[in-house]
Amino acid sequence: MKIIVAIKQVPERDAPLRIAADGRWIEDSAVGYTINDPDAYALEEALQLKEKHGGEVIALTLGPERAAAALRDALAKGADRAIHVLEENIAVLDSLGIASQLAAAVRTESPDLILTGLQSDDLGAGQTGVVLAELLGIPSATIVMQVEVTDVGLRVKRELEDGWFQHIEMPLPALLTIQSGINKLRYATLMGIKKAKTKDLKVMEAAPLNTSAAVSLERLHPPEKLKRTQMISGTAVEAATKLAEILKNEVHAI
Amino acid sequence: MSATFVILEERDGALTQLSLETLAAGKRLAETMQLPLHAVLLGDDLSSHNTQFAEINIARIHFVEHPLLKKYTADAFTLALEQLIRATQPAFVVLPHSYQVRDYAPRLAARFGQSLISDVVAIHDGPIFVRQLFQGKLNADYHALGSPAFVSIQAGAFRADAIGAAAIPPEISNFAPQLAAEQIRTNPSEKFREAAATVDLSAAEKIVSVGRGVGSAEKIAVIEELARALGAELAGSRPVCDNGWLPMERQVGSSGHTVAPKLYIAIGISGAIQHLVGMKGANTIVAINKDEHAPIFEVADYGIVGDLFDVVPALTAAVKAAKS
Repeated sequence: MKIIVAIKQVPERDAPLRIAADGRWIEDSAVGYTINDPDAYALEEALQLKEKHGGEVIALTLGPERAAAALRDALAKGADRAIHVLEENIAVLDSLGIASQLAAAVRTESPDLILTGLQSDDLGAGQTGVVLAELLGIPSATIVMQVEVTDVGLRVKRELEDGWFQHIEMPLPALLTIQSGINKLRYATLMGIKKAKTKDLKVMEAAPLNTSAAVSLERLHPPEKLKRTQMISGTAVEAATKLAEILKNEVHAI
Repeated sequence: MSATFVILEERDGALTQLSLETLAAGKRLAETMQLPLHAVLLGDDLSSHNTQFAEINIARIHFVEHPLLKKYTADAFTLALEQLIRATQPAFVVLPHSYQVRDYAPRLAARFGQSLISDVVAIHDGPIFVRQLFQGKLNADYHALGSPAFVSIQAGAFRADAIGAAAIPPEISNFAPQLAAEQIRTNPSEKFREAAATVDLSAAEKIVSVGRGVGSAEKIAVIEELARALGAELAGSRPVCDNGWLPMERQVGSSGHTVAPKLYIAIGISGAIQHLVGMKGANTIVAINKDEHAPIFEVADYGIVGDLFDVVPALTAAVKAAKS
């Protein structure tokens, strides 16, 4: 089975964020980057499917030069090769623009299966995978917690709200968006990191898009506070004592 | 005249809470744009629904009916709504940001050359659509540049009671989409739940909830002691349950339980959107976190910035002392 995993490089979860001078994105040189968490689970799922059924895993990303680090990481964990669609200014693309660029790269490979995370930690739009499936004309399932290969294609377990699940069958080729926690992530081994240096990492220039963006991000700003938070200061013991008093006398929870 | 459409969802024959909230968001948008508000419901036989909408303050309800819409599939819902939208030309299509909508709405928008503005938390004049970025650490204002614009609404962002009652019942339109079985590529089975639950978080009066900040399964004991001292149920965020530090049934958030206890203490939880959706209805929220910029403090009534391994044992001792 030939599997493409679309991964995105995003700011680390604990990175301190500063809004850029033009107000439309963050100061992106000021933060560290990593593989988007759900995409890491998608990569792991692809590697496990390959180990079970054979085939090839290709890591694909769209992004600036720094995003190559995410691909090298994927190669070190066991992806066979990688494709980097170079786009320096990814922040101006909307979901349709991002998916269009990825679709162009996927079409050159004709994979059986495409996996990606259900959403990104930075934009959180949760659309790239589904729109990519639409552009490629293939079926998809989202928020997937289990993947089984069957005689006729796939049987996947979809997560629904409030602890409900559902099985869905579909033919291949198909696209799945993977939920965090579907598997246990592996670490890259020293051997893997060494081998990654010899693996193929193809760089493609992003194609000019024939449509303009349908939505635009105008301005970033800090969230409005929903509540007036009473911050309790002091040493741990002082703060805890004050809080216990509040819980007893004001909240009546003790 | 083009309208603002709101796509509704039902569960067990009743509109979901999020659908009602989405109607309120649609109303806000319709008012700021001075457009009529229409609702849309999909199903195989909606004839019994005529009276259900009599008192909802909308100009028109579109019943989209076809035998292939009985069970949700992305292909059937996308095709049916695509045909309705091409036939009726709304200016805005507003959807609940449910797991179902996340499955098909990006496809639907793409068919019109649009990108869905997803998980919207506020709508301002313009219209400006506000959504959260970086797991809720920053907000962003979005403009829709084309028509129709597709927007999905986050649970809990709008108040359902803002819809208001109707002076006159809405007009009813019936729409029969052209669908064929071979256009539907996926085959869904019945919904199911995993093993029977041993805890009912939704009924808990007090919840002590722990996040990634606790670091490992062994250290949950520190949190458990506080829960015991308070007589509270122990719960966790998604990463805690993903890692197996707590069983899945104790997960609070969009993929776990939605809770509204009297007291919710969030410990080492940064407050990602998916978590806040599940607990922001609690009466009193206390947050303990080492990062003073963590989004959890935006919904907290009381906050302590500090190392949970210093604060929590001290709090457990103080709670025990306050009881005696």
